[in-house]
Amino acid sequence: MAFIPHTEADVAAMLATIGVRRIEDLFEEIPASLRASSLAGVPEQLNEMQVGRLMSERAAVDGTPLSFIGAGAYEHHIPAAVWAITTRGEFYSAYTPYQAEASQGTLQTIYEFQTMIARLTGMEVANASMYDGGSATAEAALMAVRANRKSKSARILVPTTLHPHYRRVAVAMACNQGLEFEELPYCTVEGVTLPASLARYDGEDVTALIIQQPNFFGRLEDVDALTDWAHAHGILVIAVVNPTSLALLKPPGEWGSEGADIAVGEGQPLGVPLSSGGPYFGFMATRMEYVRQMPGRIVGRTLDVAGQEGFTLTLQAREQHIRRAKATSNICTNQGLLMTAATIYMSLMGPQGLARTAAASHARSRELTAMLTRLPGVRLAFNGPHFHEAVLLLDRATEPVLEALAARGIIGGLDLAPYYPELGPALLVCATETKTAADLERYRAALSDAMQTARAA
Amino acid sequence: MSNVPADLKYTKSHEWVRTLSDGTVEIGITDHAQHALGDLVFVEVPEAGRAVRQDEPCAVVESVKAASDVYAPLAGEITAGNPRLADAPETVNSDPYGEGWLMRLRPGAGALAAAELLSAADYHKVLAAEGD
Repeated sequence: MAFIPHTEADVAAMLATIGVRRIEDLFEEIPASLRASSLAGVPEQLNEMQVGRLMSERAAVDGTPLSFIGAGAYEHHIPAAVWAITTRGEFYSAYTPYQAEASQGTLQTIYEFQTMIARLTGMEVANASMYDGGSATAEAALMAVRANRKSKSARILVPTTLHPHYRRVAVAMACNQGLEFEELPYCTVEGVTLPASLARYDGEDVTALIIQQPNFFGRLEDVDALTDWAHAHGILVIAVVNPTSLALLKPPGEWGSEGADIAVGEGQPLGVPLSSGGPYFGFMATRMEYVRQMPGRIVGRTLDVAGQEGFTLTLQAREQHIRRAKATSNICTNQGLLMTAATIYMSLMGPQGLARTAAASHARSRELTAMLTRLPGVRLAFNGPHFHEAVLLLDRATEPVLEALAARGIIGGLDLAPYYPELGPALLVCATETKTAADLERYRAALSDAMQTARAA
Repeated sequence: MSNVPADLKYTKSHEWVRTLSDGTVEIGITDHAQHALGDLVFVEVPEAGRAVRQDEPCAVVESVKAASDVYAPLAGEITAGNPRLADAPETVNSDPYGEGWLMRLRPGAGALAAAELLSAADYHKVLAAEGD
């Protein structure tokens, strides 16, 4: 849809018609005390050429390092066709359009996205996308409180193996709505949440249990046992999943004997570049039973009066423009552009392509950890299978090691000290299909040197 | 002109109340309310055992274009939500004063008097004032 701004002549003609001299005069009735003054500290405008130059200079500061950091954002190969198609004029919008039904192509894209997410997660229904993985997790917690009508506590169990940022976002978004988040400790040997550790909640009023798979350490949780325990106690299960991993792992809809109740996650691995941390998008899926408690837009397929297939926004009575203060959420649009890229990515990759990406990432990650743990002073923190990242423990401080690696153009992983100080010097390291054998060797050699330098120091 | 049975009590917010022989009351929405909402596609009723205050929202009726809260006309403890409505919400449209009841509750002490419910004649006046 074309957006045509008013020309100065249009504005002058309109003002003349209504007999007003300046646009500012229209706001005269607003008392001066209520008017915002100009913003302090905002620099002068730049033209396109200047902005382009500024951005290239900023990007040059980051350089093009060889990155082994994952921790929620993953570098995957994005076929060139993904963004070539996504940026076509017909698709290039950040939002669900207003008068949505006038844009049947956009609605069909969203419908296809929802279908793909529902199939990937093994759930019955998905929405048109969320802002990111963290906010989708928070929305899932809020949704669980609405959906679990047997529970009165609004108490959510959150394993500390859930991404630390997601935990903070969930608390920030939901704490003023009466939700109580209770953190569960992890097993320090295995790096997972032990189902047996939940026994102390038997008989207590708990609303939902969040399970991340693979968890923040890259480890695989015993999702079947955790899900069955939750359901046996009337607790809903919120699955937080990596979409790439779902090509190999059991989807949330099949966890335990009944499946998870809500599945959410960060969609960035599906065709969205890292781009310094965003914008990304979140996804959310659930059972039909709970669809009226789900936030966000939902597109449905229907027939028009002539019996032809058409697409329409549906179940809108959940949303703000109808439900007002009692809407399921204040989210009233979707991450349209990024969701479009993900839909195109998934359709180009297909189930086989996604499975090959996941398998190659897993294999690269295993090769990397095998190479690195042969170095003296480097070992795996946890026993058991990983997906595509793992925690390495070092026998010396991580900071100088990471600095030495950075000096050689390598981002060596995420320093876990601020998040899990109890682990001691620890790095969360990731390798995806983008890393070659030469890349892995370059990291191994650099880490070996960095460890020796650090030892000598 | 809406159907307003003479043997029921009413509220200004278009709920009806029927006193049952066991002392509990049955509650639904009026013919006027169901007509104003249009075809219902979803009804959420409260769980048995829940204590509600007078005027507390305790059920939701949703049509294609709107969702409205239903308020407890009087305080008490919910004894039943109508189980039929989960699969057949349209019952509220077709039989608002019968099979389309929403919930039953046991009134708290003095709750019935405190509710100041309207007679059929008074509810007719409310509808007249709203132009029905």
